[in-house]
Amino acid sequence: MNRYPIWTYVIIACAIVLGLTYTLPNFFGESPAVQVSSVKATVKVDSGLLERVEEALKTAKIVSQGTFIDPNSVKVRFADTDTQLKAKDILSQSLNPDRENPSYVVALNLLSSSPNWLTAIHALPMYLGLDLRGGVHFMLQVDMKAALTKRLENLSGDIRTQLRDKNLRHSGIRREGNVIQIKFRDADTRASARKLLADNQPDLEFADQDLASDEFRLTGTIKPEAVKRTQESALKQNITTLQNRINELGVSEPVIQQQGADRVVVQLPGVQDTAKAKEILGRTATLEIRMVDEENSNPTTLLAAQQGQVPFGDELYNVRDGSPLLVKKQVVLTGDRLTDAQPGFDNQTHEPTVNMTLDGPGARIFKDVTRDNVGKRMAILLIEKGKGEVVTAPVIRSEIGGGRVQISGRMSTTEATDTALLLRAGSLAAPMEIIEERTIGPSLGADNIRKGFHSTLWGFVAIAVFMSMYYVVFGVISVLALSSNLLLLVAILSLLQATLTLPGIAAVALTLGMAIDANVLINERIREEMRNGATPQAAIHAGYERAFGTILDSNVTTMIAGLALLIFGSGPIRGFAVVHVLGILTSLFSSVVISRAVVNLTYGSRRRLEKLAIGNTSWK
Amino acid sequence: MEFFKIRKDIPFMRHALVFNIISLITFLLAVYFLATNGLHYSIEFTGGTVIEVAYDHPAEIQKVRGALEKAGYTDTSVQNFGSSRDVLIRMPLKEGQSSADLSKKVLDTLTAEDKSVQLRRVEFVGPQVGRELAENGAMALLVVVVGIMAYLALRFEWRFSVAAIIANLHDVIIILGCFALFQWEFSLPVLAAVLAVLGYSVNESVVIADRVRENFRKMRKAPVTQIIDNAITSTISRTIITHGSTQVMVLSMLLFGGAALHNFALALTIGIMFGIYSSVLVMAPIVKWLGVSREQFVRPPKKDKQEAVV
Repeated sequence: MNRYPIWTYVIIACAIVLGLTYTLPNFFGESPAVQVSSVKATVKVDSGLLERVEEALKTAKIVSQGTFIDPNSVKVRFADTDTQLKAKDILSQSLNPDRENPSYVVALNLLSSSPNWLTAIHALPMYLGLDLRGGVHFMLQVDMKAALTKRLENLSGDIRTQLRDKNLRHSGIRREGNVIQIKFRDADTRASARKLLADNQPDLEFADQDLASDEFRLTGTIKPEAVKRTQESALKQNITTLQNRINELGVSEPVIQQQGADRVVVQLPGVQDTAKAKEILGRTATLEIRMVDEENSNPTTLLAAQQGQVPFGDELYNVRDGSPLLVKKQVVLTGDRLTDAQPGFDNQTHEPTVNMTLDGPGARIFKDVTRDNVGKRMAILLIEKGKGEVVTAPVIRSEIGGGRVQISGRMSTTEATDTALLLRAGSLAAPMEIIEERTIGPSLGADNIRKGFHSTLWGFVAIAVFMSMYYVVFGVISVLALSSNLLLLVAILSLLQATLTLPGIAAVALTLGMAIDANVLINERIREEMRNGATPQAAIHAGYERAFGTILDSNVTTMIAGLALLIFGSGPIRGFAVVHVLGILTSLFSSVVISRAVVNLTYGSRRRLEKLAIGNTSWK
Repeated sequence: MEFFKIRKDIPFMRHALVFNIISLITFLLAVYFLATNGLHYSIEFTGGTVIEVAYDHPAEIQKVRGALEKAGYTDTSVQNFGSSRDVLIRMPLKEGQSSADLSKKVLDTLTAEDKSVQLRRVEFVGPQVGRELAENGAMALLVVVVGIMAYLALRFEWRFSVAAIIANLHDVIIILGCFALFQWEFSLPVLAAVLAVLGYSVNESVVIADRVRENFRKMRKAPVTQIIDNAITSTISRTIITHGSTQVMVLSMLLFGGAALHNFALALTIGIMFGIYSSVLVMAPIVKWLGVSREQFVRPPKKDKQEAVV
C-alpha cells in the first residue's frame, strides 16, 4: 500500500542529484578575475586575443588560475585581489598601447571558482541582483514624441525636395502635430503632387483638404504602423548607443534592456561613480561627413602630419584600423541629416554595402558635393568628447542624388553591419530622461546577503527543531522534505539564472515557512487517522491521500497571488514573485512526493507495523 | 509531543456574534486610521530621492540636518536607519533638479562636515514611475481577489468564496490600518507582503472549507453549527502549528533581516496573526449566515436516466 513504483524513486533520485549539481556552484564562492572585452565593433574577441593576454601575463610573470574565452570577452582568473589588480594594469598597458584610443576594456570582475566541468554543464552560481552585489541601476525613458517629431521633420524635408525636383510649386509645407500640411494654388498641381508623394512616401497617408476656395491643401498623416516603426527604431538606436558608451566604462557585466514600449533599464554592477555613469549615458556624439584632402595625402605628408605638421586647413584623424588620414576641416554634413543606416547588398555586384538615408536638405548638399568630387574620397567621422575617428572613407564613384547613399567595396558582411551600427549609434535617436535610479554600495550589498542568509538559516533551524520534536520521525522526514525543497529551489534559481535580490531571499524564507504547512497537514491527518483506529499503514495512506486535496487547493490560491505579483510587479516585487512562484512549485513536489517517498522507504516494507513515531496518538 | 488534546468540539459558533462585532470594530478602526492618517508611502510611490549614508561612529542627526539646511536642502527628513551609524535622508521631488547632482552634492555637503561619511545607497524615483506602481499594485490586488474568489467558487461553493475573501480582505485592511496608525513606511516589498499574506491566509479558509465539506458528507445528522464547530476544532492544531512555523520564519526575518526587511516582516507578522483569527472567527460565521447547507455539497441521488427514444 505504501510503496512507490521503482520509477518514482528514480525520478526523485534524479531530481535530487540534479538539484545537488546545480546548487553546488553556489558553495565555491567567487575568485577575482580580469575581463577583457572589445570597445569597438570592428575589433573582435578571438583566440588571437586570448594568446596575447596569455603572452602578456607570461612576460610579466603573473600566475593566472586559468583563462576562458566566451563570445564577448576573455576572462582570466587569479588567486587573490593583489595579483588581479597587477594583472589589470599589465593587460591594459599591453593591449591598449595608445591610451587615448583604447581598443579593449580591461575590467575587474568576479568569476565563480566552481570547477570547469560544472561551468561546462551551465551550472552557475545564482545571479545576484544589484541590491546584493552593489552597483547602479537606471531606468531611462525615451521621449517618443521627440522621436516622432524628428521623423516628421525629416519627412517634410523629403517632400520639399521631391516637389522641387518635379517642379511642382507649392506655397508652404508645415508640420502640425502628427500631420504635414502642404498648400497649393490650384487643384491640378495638388493632384499631381499627391500622385507623386503617394508613390514615394509610403509612411504617410495623404488626403485633400479644402478650407477656402483659393487654398488647396494636401495633408499627410503618418500611418500608425510607421509611428510604431519610428518608435521601435528610436528605442533600438538608443539602446545601441548606450551599449557603445557603456563599453567605455569598463563594466564587467552591464545589463541594457528594453522595458515596455519606451523605457530602457541600465544596470551596472560594481559601478559606484554614478556621476560619471550619468555623464556618459547622457553624452551626445556627433557624426560628420568631410572630404579627404587628396592633394596633400602622400606618405611623406602623412608622416609629417603624425609628427605634428598638419597641412593648413586639414586635420589628422585615424581610421578605425589605425591608419592615418588627412581630412579637411570644412564639414560637409553633420549626423543630424542622417536618418538611417542599414547593412545591405549591392544589386549588381552582390557586395556587402552600407546604405545610408539622408533627409531632404542633406540629400541636396550631398548631391552637390558628390557632383564636384567624383573620384575623390569622403570621410565619415564619429566625434565624441572632442575626439574624432574616421569610421569609413569611401571613394565617390558618381554624383549621388535622392539622399540614398550606398557605401561599398572591400567590406565583409560583418564589417558592413558594424559600420551601419556605428553610423546609427553615433547619437541618440531621441532624448532620454532618467526616471529611476538606485545606487547600492558594495558594503550594503554584502550586508544584505548576510542578513538575508541569517534570517533564512535561523528560521529554518527553529522550524527543523520544532518539527523533529513535535512529530518525531515524521517531523524529521518533513525537515528532509523542506531541505530538499530549499535545494531544488536554489538549483532552479541557479539553472534559470533568475536574478536573486533581497526580496527574493525573503521569498525563499517565506516559501519555506509556508511549505511546512503541507507536511503539518499530512502529519496531523495521519495522527487523526490513527486516533480513529486506523492501522499505521492505512493511516499513512489515508493521511497523504486526504491531505493532498487541501494542499493542492491552498497552493493554488497562494499561486494566484504569486502570479499576480509576477505579472503586475516591477523591481523589488518581481524579484520576490519569481522566487515565490518557483518555491510553490518545488514545495508541492518536495512536501508531497519526496516526503512520501521517504515515508514509504521507512515504513512501506514493514509488514507488522504496530506504531508510528509521529507523537502520541493514543488519547481519545 | 502534542499541544492540543481537544476531546470535544469547541463551540466557536455560539460566540460568533461577539467575534464578528470585535472584527467589525477593528476593521472600522483600521479604516478610520487609513482615512485620517493615510499611509506613509515610500518614495517608490511618491517619487523623490532617498540617500543612505553610514558613519564609522554613531551619527549626530542634528548636525547632519543642520549641514543640509545650511546647504539649502530644507524640505528633507533625516533619521537613523537600522543602526545609530546609518542615516537615511529623504528628499521630495523638486522641479528642475536632476538626481545626478543631488546625490553628489548632498554627499559633498556631508563629507565637508564629517570625513567618515560613506555612501551606502541612493534611490531616485521620478514622478511618472510612482503613479504606475500604485496602479499596478491596485491591479495586482484586484486580480488576486478575483482569482481566488473564482477558484474557491469553482472548487467549493460561492458562499465560501465570498466569506473567505471578506475574511482575508479584512486582514489586508487591518495590516494597512496598522501601517497607517504607526506611520510605518509603506514600500513595494510591503505591498508584496500584503498580497502574499492574502494568498497565504486563504489557505486557512481552504482547509476549514475542505473540512466542512467533508463533514457534511460524513456527519449526516449533525446540524450546520456542529459541523462547522467540528471542522474548526479538528483543524485548529494544524492551523496553529502551521502559522507558528511560518511566524517563526518571519520572526527570524524581523530579527536578523535588518532594516531593509523590517517592514516587510512586520506586514507579514500582522497578516499571519490576523489570518488565523479571521479564517476561524470571521469566515466561518459568514459562511453560516450566507446559508450553507448539506444540499450544496451532497449531491442528491441521481434519478434514473431517461433514455431518449428516437
